[in-house]
Amino acid sequence: MDYLVRFSQTYETFRLPELQSLATLEGIDMKVVSYKEDSPFCIIHLPNPSTEAATRLVKRAILVQTISELWGHGATTPELHASVKSTSSHLWSKYRNSSFKFWLDSYQGCRSNSARLSLIKEFAYLPFEGTVNLKDPEEEFAICEDWALNAVPDNLPDPKYYYLGRRVAKGARDLPKKLDLKKRRYISTTSMDSELALISANMVMAAPGKMIYDPFVGTGSFPIACSWFGALTFGSDIDGRSVRGDEKERTVKGNFEQYGLVQRMGAFFTADLTNSPIRRSELRPGETGGDGQKGRVFDAILCDPPYGVREGLVVLGVRDPEGKDSWKVRLGKEMHEDPAYIPPKKPYSFTAMLDDILHFAAQTLVDHGRLSFWMPTANDTDQAIATPTHPYMEIVSVSTQTFSNWSRKLITYQRRPDIEVDPEALKAKDNSSHETGRTADDLNPFRRNYFSRFVPETPGVTPKGIYRTT
Amino acid sequence: MKVLTLNFLTCAVKACKSSSDSFPLHPKDAELVHDDVEVNAQLLTNLLHRLDWKALRTTATELGFPDLPETAPTQEDLENDEKTLKDLHNLLIETQMMEGKLVCGHCGHEYAVREGIANFLLPTHLV
Repeated sequence: MDYLVRFSQTYETFRLPELQSLATLEGIDMKVVSYKEDSPFCIIHLPNPSTEAATRLVKRAILVQTISELWGHGATTPELHASVKSTSSHLWSKYRNSSFKFWLDSYQGCRSNSARLSLIKEFAYLPFEGTVNLKDPEEEFAICEDWALNAVPDNLPDPKYYYLGRRVAKGARDLPKKLDLKKRRYISTTSMDSELALISANMVMAAPGKMIYDPFVGTGSFPIACSWFGALTFGSDIDGRSVRGDEKERTVKGNFEQYGLVQRMGAFFTADLTNSPIRRSELRPGETGGDGQKGRVFDAILCDPPYGVREGLVVLGVRDPEGKDSWKVRLGKEMHEDPAYIPPKKPYSFTAMLDDILHFAAQTLVDHGRLSFWMPTANDTDQAIATPTHPYMEIVSVSTQTFSNWSRKLITYQRRPDIEVDPEALKAKDNSSHETGRTADDLNPFRRNYFSRFVPETPGVTPKGIYRTT
Repeated sequence: MKVLTLNFLTCAVKACKSSSDSFPLHPKDAELVHDDVEVNAQLLTNLLHRLDWKALRTTATELGFPDLPETAPTQEDLENDEKTLKDLHNLLIETQMMEGKLVCGHCGHEYAVREGIANFLLPTHLV
């Protein structure tokens, strides 16, 4: 049976990947029949019997408003009615005695009350004998209209397209409010807003019984979203202060307590991804056997690595261990057992960090386990950062949130089983192309471009009037 | 931190990674707390494939828990034997290490655990 998914017209490039991830998670064989980025209406096909599957598919979809059985569609009302009669007549008798209501869902359009009523009355041929109940009907029928952009100011008479659907279930548009950052006890400047965190958690298929890790956990936005969906979550951060908070109420644990999720907190600790304490398994590309997870720990990794604009991108170490920083090395040798000692850190290349994450994911994710991370990039194609690749990590989806002159992407990967990976490809993977240098600007082109407002770079020339940070 | 985490943590020092002595880390002066958590059989079944059973036996003994059987239970064992399931649940999920140290058996480095948060940052000479 075909279904009409009514998306929210926001975060367009996230909508299908989210729905497809949920279909995979729920084991539903969903086929997309028609979808356009500039429309909130999408037709999908689900194998019969499908009502229960449709409900399961959208129950935690953040970007879905409703899902309906598609009773017909067409570019004009005569086409719509012909389609309703040929598609759905076998279903009509089921709802003969149900109470019902019809309503109009006009996207980018509007109609007067009388026009609305006359459109609804065109469906009088449906043999419904139940009462009309506008408040709490047993069945809801939506006439959906897709109008052209500026249909109202241009005074267009008719929409581009019509659909008629019987509502089956609602998505989870209300969920982000429950985890709203404005009401969360403990947040910081880079906490991910609850809507995007929940969408990200859907991309990695967070669910009960799964273990999910965030290596740049900050105040815990992603683990909270994943634990909300039932997963046991783990997190670490190189800055221990973010996990500890004020050591009273405003802590990551406090946030879990606020939402009643503390049972799903695995462990949160202070660590650097380039010197991670997580047990990793050796990669065995091309080999068969094993149960697909021996020694590998996580079902998913979800993170928003710092990219050096609001939060510095640093790893353990000092810039110049032999020269002027040698005193820090000596101090570390003498002082490291003191509880108050905080080891020194140095700037690191953003693209190198992304490669480290991919490799870490290959070594710690079970087969088909997912990795999703957020990555910023300039909108100017010359300055854009390429999507990182790894022989073990298959790209599932790339979704983009666009700002004025930069964007951030949510990239989702899936770990391939060993047998699908060519050992030569793994050997040939070249990690030498990263930026070299010592300062944050040298190492991180995005940061450099951000602070020079994405003005095209000329080698050796600092754009006029722009202060360069070092 | 839940005790199950100890089964996933090794010494952060790169030179220790190749040594079998660096895993598991050994708890020292550990203060444990017990939280009641609803049993999640699905989680424990998923975990079975990922646990290093030998390391878990070491950890259990070092934390003063009764000895675990020599071989890991199978999925059927967990489904049919409620006691095994409960015991594992109690150790892995309900027990948390709040204070103390985790010590590498290879280099002897001690990682402090405070208020349930372990610190794995290394001084520069160990990076």
